[in-house]
Amino acid sequence: MLECTLSHTLHGSEGPINLSIDFAVNDGELIALYGKSGSGKTTILRMLAGLTKPDKGRIYVNGVCWLNTEQGINIAPQQRKTGLVFQDYGLFPFMTVRKNLEYGLGRGDDKSIVDSLLQTMGLRELARRHPNRLSGGQQQRVALARALAARPRMLLLDEALSALDPVMRSGLQNALEHTIKSVPVCTIMVSHDLAEIFRLSNKVLHIDNGKIIACGTPREVFKR
Amino acid sequence: MVCIPLAYVTARARLPVRIAVKTLANLPLILPPSVLGFYLLVTLAPSSFIGHLLEGLLHVRFVFTFAGLVIGSVLFSLPLMFNPCMAGFENLSPTLEEVSYTLGKSRTRTLFSVLLPSIRPSLLTGVAMAFAHTMGEFGVVLMIGGKIPGKTLVASVAIYDYVETLNFPAAHAHAALLLLVSCVILVTVYLVNIIPVFSSGPPHRVR
Repeated sequence: MLECTLSHTLHGSEGPINLSIDFAVNDGELIALYGKSGSGKTTILRMLAGLTKPDKGRIYVNGVCWLNTEQGINIAPQQRKTGLVFQDYGLFPFMTVRKNLEYGLGRGDDKSIVDSLLQTMGLRELARRHPNRLSGGQQQRVALARALAARPRMLLLDEALSALDPVMRSGLQNALEHTIKSVPVCTIMVSHDLAEIFRLSNKVLHIDNGKIIACGTPREVFKR
Repeated sequence: MVCIPLAYVTARARLPVRIAVKTLANLPLILPPSVLGFYLLVTLAPSSFIGHLLEGLLHVRFVFTFAGLVIGSVLFSLPLMFNPCMAGFENLSPTLEEVSYTLGKSRTRTLFSVLLPSIRPSLLTGVAMAFAHTMGEFGVVLMIGGKIPGKTLVASVAIYDYVETLNFPAAHAHAALLLLVSCVILVTVYLVNIIPVFSSGPPHRVR
């Protein structure tokens, strides 16, 4: 279970925004962050991953403290292992698809997980290619597979399915649904796609100007 | 060896530090080699404080020796290695580094497994250019080396001496060799940067 309270000043294009949020996610749950761009969604993911330090806040995962600014605790991203899938993928350009996935493995991890991920994500035929010879959707799948290969304690998806065509998207949503159910981690997904939110998420946080303005099941939040 | 850590640290430093280091590192490109050589000679001479200290501590003399030539050459060719390294680090997407951290990899592992391979074309260019440039230097090695035959006389200075003494065949031989080696190095650099395995441009995006 993830519990967090975060407050941070963002310097957006329209002046500073005070980000102030408080939410909890249970293991196996998928929560969607919805809201217009520049409202602080990506920053929330970065703070959870440990890449951006909030001005003030606390993050507890299954009772373990990751961040507590009052006590001066801030665990490094390496120890958090959050499986963040970035908007621009961040694939290593000089490694093949397979090598990218293998990089996610820890020391002594079984390499067979890479084969099964390649299979699930429909990447088997592309395993020997380099990222610059893949389409946007294919790159996104590699990024997601790599994050999963590292056995993350939490999955953070920054519009991770946005570049996929509808067929592939649906297939990947199935795979994602399956993965989330099979590994007991919580997932936080930034998404603009209502169909995707309805399909995958248990809960939606509608964020505007750094604040949660609506929270609940997709049906409750989007009934208006 | 000097430039990679220097560029790595500088690329992450604050703006004033970045400007200061870039200025210092590029001075050898602008300064007349004789000026650089002169200051080195004055600084490293056994009579100077630093020269005295170095000779006392390391038992190495830098003036008119091969060790001095190496120091001079490193400084003289520093910009040619430093600039590509720096550009490589600065142009690298910060996402690559951050992804590696979220996958649980340490800073050192990230530097060696992700960052350095990502800027491999820049590194290769830097190494080759610095090597070629070192071979062709004249002023610095003359000042600090003192052209002692068999010890600190280098090809570029030897050619000058041959011409002075009207020994044209020897000058021709040395000059042709330098020309050939320089051409080979440049062609290699440009070829290597074309081959896709070695060049790693930003991923091609389709949206």
